Amino acid sequence: MSLLRRASLPILCLGAAHIASTFAGFVAPYDYGTQDRALPLAPPSRIHFFDQQGRFHSHPFIYQRIEQPGQFLVYQELTDRAYPVRFFAGRSLGETDSSACWHLFSVDAPANISLMGTDSYGRDVFSRLVFASRISLFTGFLATCLSLLGGTVLGALAGFYGGWMDAIIMRLAELFLALPWLYLLFAVRAFLPLHISPAEAFLLVIAVIGIVGWAKPARLVRGVVLSARERRYVLACRSFGASDLYLIRRHILPQTWSVLLTQAALLIPQYILGEVTLSFLGLGIGEPVPSWGSMLASLQQYHILVSAWWMLFPGLVLIPICMSYSRLSEVLQERFAS
Amino acid sequence: MRYLLARTGQACLLLAGVSLLSFVFVQLAPGDFFSEMRLNPQISQETVQHLQRQFALDRPASVRYLHWLRGLVHGDFGFSFAYNSPVRTLLMPRAGNTLLLTSIATLIAWSIAIPLGVRTAATPRGLPARVCSLVTATLLATPDLVLALITMMFAVRSGWIRSVRTAPSASGSFMGWQNMRDALVHLALPTFVLTLTIVPTLLRHTAAAMRDALSSSCISAARAHGIGPSQILYRHALRVAINPIVTLLGTSLGSLLSASLMVEVAMGWPGIGPLLLEAILSRDLFVVIGGIVLSAVFLISGTLVADVLLFVVDPRIRTEGLA
Repeated sequence: MSLLRRASLPILCLGAAHIASTFAGFVAPYDYGTQDRALPLAPPSRIHFFDQQGRFHSHPFIYQRIEQPGQFLVYQELTDRAYPVRFFAGRSLGETDSSACWHLFSVDAPANISLMGTDSYGRDVFSRLVFASRISLFTGFLATCLSLLGGTVLGALAGFYGGWMDAIIMRLAELFLALPWLYLLFAVRAFLPLHISPAEAFLLVIAVIGIVGWAKPARLVRGVVLSARERRYVLACRSFGASDLYLIRRHILPQTWSVLLTQAALLIPQYILGEVTLSFLGLGIGEPVPSWGSMLASLQQYHILVSAWWMLFPGLVLIPICMSYSRLSEVLQERFAS
Repeated sequence: MRYLLARTGQACLLLAGVSLLSFVFVQLAPGDFFSEMRLNPQISQETVQHLQRQFALDRPASVRYLHWLRGLVHGDFGFSFAYNSPVRTLLMPRAGNTLLLTSIATLIAWSIAIPLGVRTAATPRGLPARVCSLVTATLLATPDLVLALITMMFAVRSGWIRSVRTAPSASGSFMGWQNMRDALVHLALPTFVLTLTIVPTLLRHTAAAMRDALSSSCISAARAHGIGPSQILYRHALRVAINPIVTLLGTSLGSLLSASLMVEVAMGWPGIGPLLLEAILSRDLFVVIGGIVLSAVFLISGTLVADVLLFVVDPRIRTEGLA
């Protein structure tokens, strides 16, 4: 029970992230492609509770920002009119995107609310971050499924049948493990087409990351299967005439459950980072579809790195996500060890 | 001795497998360096065909693999089309830079993490140990890429360093005395980031191994003999705990090289990373294979070194062969 309590914070954190990504259209005030050309590289909006006279308002509001005359990328607030932050507001008239009828929060049109600033096209970083979490979180999850599937099938085959099949599969696994992970990722990515549409890139990245990581789960599953194969009840089942497939499916694979779950908690953050890395380097999912990696890629430009610290938010989001997953894997390991 | 020979043999076999694997990968690639050249109307088809024949690209893949493997054994990695030079002269200075970065970072990380790990294991409930575990958990959860970006941002904003990106010198090498100072300044940041990526894992393993060692009966015996606490920690307990730490040196090498690749690309350190990325983007076949095979060489030889070290420091493994 105490284990569950210790896992509650990471589960809460990850749950919130996944819910936000599912309802991205609602959580984000703008669509990921909405540009405000008048506000490139603007810092995060200031949310005010006190007006110019120092009076307190219970309802937060923001001011419209414009570029300071004669200066480039320096903004000032127009304090003559306050725009209240509206919660659960219906979409405004100007919006044409099909994202959502309701927004968690928004402001009226000339003003622009950007919790995490805007990028060089004037797109809201927070909105893009929320939409990007769809791609990034989903890539990690799907690629992990793929890896675990491949690893389970190959590991079970190797462990159950042994002999030459075991030898071939395990030597192959050693080969895959003999290369540093990122180099291997590069190697596989290198033989795939470079210029592709975002949708293709999404599937491609999942496939590449998933395929590259099969070796480690395969090894672990093989170990479990090897020990499960020798159990008495498996022998008894076999003597009743159970087929190999039935044995593997009903009596052996359920034993690998704990290993797979723990592996999943370890692999998902690693694969999310894999996608971020590939997209950062321009080998993954690119514009206009946002992913955390492609959003970070703009930091490769020196002037953005120097002046726009808020562009780092997509990277900072990764820290609580990774932390939650690693905590989760620790708890799972403890749970299954006892 | 037999143990070492067996390990070396295994390593060689593994290397051959890796070379085959990477060759197969690159062969599967759609299009090659010449596919763009073929579309260019200014270059005649004869020229392209001549170039292809020159590099034996019109032969079947198996012949090419054997040809390439024979070259590899002689230290010839093939020819880079994009740079118009042998891959070897391209790759070697870069490999040297990568090796320089990783080895310095490893050295610093070891000299920080081991004393710290020993200390925290000795007083697991003290304030320093708690702070340590908090910092370690945060650092472990911070991706290398984000760490690199944050560091660069801070370095540039604080004006400590004017420009992070290294201007690649003509040869791409920093080995000359002329460039020494320049290299040191530019080495500092990537080394810092890489060290930060190594320290947390090492610290955790050291602390865990030390805790196990300190609870063993030989340490109780040493205590009973009245040996001083610091001597127990560093001369007796560390001796017992060193095995998993040295093993970690071998097993964490893969992630070290991956982290180094990322840091090199993000911070512009002229190691293998940027070259490999460029080669992938321009379909420069032999450079890609060369880089990947080289990384496998690093990894496998590093594991081998760790094995040898283990053989030296752990008497249990030495006697295993005799029994």
